[in-house]
Amino acid sequence: MMQSTGTVEVLPPSGLFSGYVPPAEAFDELTAGGRLRESWRQFVQGLEELGPQGLAQRSEQARRLLRENGVTYNFYGAPQGAGRPWELDPIPLLITLREWQKLTRGLIQRATLLNRVLADLYGPRELLKQGTLPPELLFNHPGYLLPCHGIRPPGDVYLHLYAAHLARKPDGSVVVMADRTQGPSGAGYAVENRLVISRTLPSDFHRLHVERLASFFITLRDSLAVLAPSGRDNPRVVLLSPGPKSTAYFEDAYLARYLGYTLVEGGDLTVRGGKVFLKTLGGLLPVDVILRRTHDHDCDPLELRSDSLFGVPGLVQAARTGQVLVANSLGSGVAEAPALAAFLPAACRQLLGEELVLPSVPTWWCGQPEPCRFVLSNLDHLIIRPAIMHRWERPIHGWQLTASQREDLLSRIRSSPADFVAQEPIHHSTMPAWSENGVAPLRVGLRAFAAATNGTYSVMPGGLARVAPTSESLAESVSSGQASKDVWILSDTPVDAVTLLRPHRAALELRRSPFDLPSRVADNLYWLGRHVERAEGIIRHLRSAVVRLTNDLEPSGLTELWLLVQALSEEGESQLPDHHSDSPDPFEDLRREVSALTFDDRPLGLQSSLQSLRETATLVRDRLSLDSWRIVNQLDVELLFPWLNRRDRLGDILLLLNQMLSLLAAFSGLATENMTRGPGWQFLDVGRRIERALYSLRLVKRLLVPAEVELSPLLEVILEIFDSSMTYRYRYLTSLQLPPVLDLILIDETNPRAVGFQLNALAEHLGSLPHADVVQAAKDQQIMYAALGALRLTDLEALGEVDEGRTRGHLERLADKLAGFLRELSDVITHKHLTHTAASRQLSATFAVRAS
Amino acid sequence: MKYHVFHGTTYGYSQPVSLCQNQVHLTPRITGRQNCLRSSVDVMPLPSCQNGWLDYFGNQVHFFSVEIPHEKLSIVARSEVEVFAPLEVTPAQTPPWETIREQLHLPQDEIVLAAAQFCPPSTFIHSSAEAHDYGLASFPPGRPILESLLDLTSRIFHDFQYDQNATGVFTKPAEVFQSRRGVCQDFAHLQMSCLRSLGLAARYVSGYLVTEPPPGTPKLVGADASHAWLSVYCGSAGWIDLDPTNNLVPGIRHITLAWGRDYADVCPIQGVLIGGGQSTLSVAVDVVPDLPSERPE
Repeated sequence: MMQSTGTVEVLPPSGLFSGYVPPAEAFDELTAGGRLRESWRQFVQGLEELGPQGLAQRSEQARRLLRENGVTYNFYGAPQGAGRPWELDPIPLLITLREWQKLTRGLIQRATLLNRVLADLYGPRELLKQGTLPPELLFNHPGYLLPCHGIRPPGDVYLHLYAAHLARKPDGSVVVMADRTQGPSGAGYAVENRLVISRTLPSDFHRLHVERLASFFITLRDSLAVLAPSGRDNPRVVLLSPGPKSTAYFEDAYLARYLGYTLVEGGDLTVRGGKVFLKTLGGLLPVDVILRRTHDHDCDPLELRSDSLFGVPGLVQAARTGQVLVANSLGSGVAEAPALAAFLPAACRQLLGEELVLPSVPTWWCGQPEPCRFVLSNLDHLIIRPAIMHRWERPIHGWQLTASQREDLLSRIRSSPADFVAQEPIHHSTMPAWSENGVAPLRVGLRAFAAATNGTYSVMPGGLARVAPTSESLAESVSSGQASKDVWILSDTPVDAVTLLRPHRAALELRRSPFDLPSRVADNLYWLGRHVERAEGIIRHLRSAVVRLTNDLEPSGLTELWLLVQALSEEGESQLPDHHSDSPDPFEDLRREVSALTFDDRPLGLQSSLQSLRETATLVRDRLSLDSWRIVNQLDVELLFPWLNRRDRLGDILLLLNQMLSLLAAFSGLATENMTRGPGWQFLDVGRRIERALYSLRLVKRLLVPAEVELSPLLEVILEIFDSSMTYRYRYLTSLQLPPVLDLILIDETNPRAVGFQLNALAEHLGSLPHADVVQAAKDQQIMYAALGALRLTDLEALGEVDEGRTRGHLERLADKLAGFLRELSDVITHKHLTHTAASRQLSATFAVRAS
Repeated sequence: MKYHVFHGTTYGYSQPVSLCQNQVHLTPRITGRQNCLRSSVDVMPLPSCQNGWLDYFGNQVHFFSVEIPHEKLSIVARSEVEVFAPLEVTPAQTPPWETIREQLHLPQDEIVLAAAQFCPPSTFIHSSAEAHDYGLASFPPGRPILESLLDLTSRIFHDFQYDQNATGVFTKPAEVFQSRRGVCQDFAHLQMSCLRSLGLAARYVSGYLVTEPPPGTPKLVGADASHAWLSVYCGSAGWIDLDPTNNLVPGIRHITLAWGRDYADVCPIQGVLIGGGQSTLSVAVDVVPDLPSERPE
């Protein structure tokens, strides 16, 4: 953001920027009076060389990288799993180091000031006593947490991470639109944007000496470590997230991984003996620092809000006695009130003895008579918003009101003036953004970040910029249709590379504790294993049907094929008629059913199975390697098969299924080769084994138990789905018979696809999993040995016997029995091993002692 | 007047509770006209961790957590307090109520500043036109504040009916305005919402009412349980307590435990637990006057 420094050349008349005409009333970051600003010259030259096609390519590349990395943003109130892809414009916002240093001074002062304001409001309250801040403003503030009054955090740091929303006015000066002081989001997205853009525009990135972001995070990490109350060299820091439904969950997981912190939710933590612990499979581990991304009110149901069960009961007490560092400190949200902006200049003079360098957007609080009169008589030129909580409320534009709305608002302000503030509307500056129609000027806003360090603040050299699709002014939070941008601070000299992996402080204490795994995560990994395996089973099963449908069909094989496709749904839920003779065109019906199972939302269909897989993976994404996560994101029918009109072409479906199978194989390969063999991997594998055995038993039951169909085509299919045809041929040549097939797919403990193999593997896992108690351990093993025993003692010949009901009764009973054992085991694992996940409830909510 | 207070609370659970964390306000605070001579809070099973501190409003808080599985939790608070009668205030000599409102709006000293935080809405008490209009009938321009307060207290006593079954612990004044029924907590909240809507400072007082009626006086409602009333800032006359449930100004038969912006700040027992299944609750409150004649010499 340049203070209209040297402008050198007129924009090239043709090419990328030919249609670039910024609106006259705003400051333009790129040009001044139709001339290019000096700071942009080199970059624009690079873009011109790329040309529209090159830029389009880069934009597409950026989109693909984001998609592969699964970068999403959940909109407030959107259903779970409905995160929308993160939008990133390929053209970064350029700011010279000189101007940035000036801004930095303002940001440091502002962060320091807000920290002092918090220290005062939660301490001596000199601001109130001296009349700098009206008491009504504070006492009306639901975010002013009385239980936190008097708590002094380590080092008197209340504000560890701060974010400011900045805008540039038409005269080129910068104002703060809003302050974020609770758990500011966006820093993680800034890193992700940087990774993507530095890969899409690598040569520019190096040529222009762009400042690196990593040092900022090292500062944050060091600062939290230094302030940690335990004084240990390597304190345990957790990142407390509100969970997968919250807007920035992607970022929570991303930051946790980037900073090397454990990602937790409220239920993963517990306060015992006044100290905070992480509930893991191996027991309780002490926590020194909580970097929170949760709202103030959702931190402690015991003291802060009795109707919220998100938080950690007893956390305020732990913070009060100095057992844990909570960053930002509890109650810091009070500094976010828009009305506070009106009093910051005076507070700055009182607390710091300085003038405020970086001003807020001009703000009038209606709780005082003078400003209120001004607002009432200038309503048409102002933006009106609630004085205190405003995150999800839309500001009211005075000039857009109808006469009756205007009257209504005026009377609301008159009846409770203290509830409202008015702000001057700001014309945000404009900057170039890429769209299919070329480069156009869009409104831009910048979110800047500062982290506490050694009694002062360090500002991230960069930030998160957002552009609005129309030239309307920018909404405050990321909302529909807004794209983000990387922010480049351009240094005059080459910049050192920094990485978070480089050992920075004292050498890390070696940790190989296998049980450092939150119980909730173990639970999710178990389900991820099950969903991955179920998807694979469904795909193999579907593929066997599609392969047969694409071959020339013998009418004689129709009965078996019908059974095969019916088995793709739960019993009685297939859309096919009971028998193919009931259908006028059975082949067409089969084709339609297979396509529906692939593309439509059906209970056991491919779509819903992949959907569950992705949702579960989302819950543990901080535990998955980047490569694994990329694969999960590619497991998307819409992505791999965008051609709606080709959905009934079986050949194309076959290609899709093969591709998916390769991706799943790659996922399994990564898990096998790259995951450490701790309980995390074990729970994933237990899930896979149980699901594989269950799916196998289901197939056996649906395909081999009915005795009125011809056996050999079904045996062939079964061998194919079990990936065991080769082994069978090798052993028995081509003679297909039931007992050897059953031996190979049920009993043979050397065949990785056989049920017996899964049971064996499960028995081994259960022997080595951490157990809460010995009795329980014995019970798990009992189930496993009962199942293995039942399988090993099976009389293979008897399994082939056909009952009077024309079914293979022995086989059916065996399949049911084994499935029963496996379900019992699954129950034991989810309910007993993972007891720590029990949720707490409110004593006073069940019954409170009431005064009468 | 001296009293012995016994306040026992027992929770029973159908399934074991593995962890419970509690915060209780069960120790009588020391005030201008009340002295707490002795007090104790005993918890069974023995807590793994407990401590106490003065909360934001200066009330004594006990925190404890029981970290062994238990199917029964008992909390017994015992205390010995001495209560003195309030100073006689002549209602007609108290300042006009508007002057108090003006003071609170622009606090000039720390006493008024401290009072001003009882003006804004809180968890249970939201400003409403209904509360404002109901209250205003007792507050004609220039009327001395205590006259108005006594009038409002008496109107609430007569307009609303005491009914143990009409409301619950989370009932808000708006509902009580509708049903016209409730218990002491509801009447205190309701009167506070009227006063705050008028710009005055009112705080919620949690405490006990002496159960033994002195000979010749009728037994008061609200015996054998916790009681609640309110206190209002009256400028130079200080804070004056009012009991709308019994239509009187509390004297030596009201024992103060704690005060705050409303019930949520001073809830006698609040807690969070894991497990428990179905639960039962029994409470016993006993306030015994320590009469000199009964004391063995």
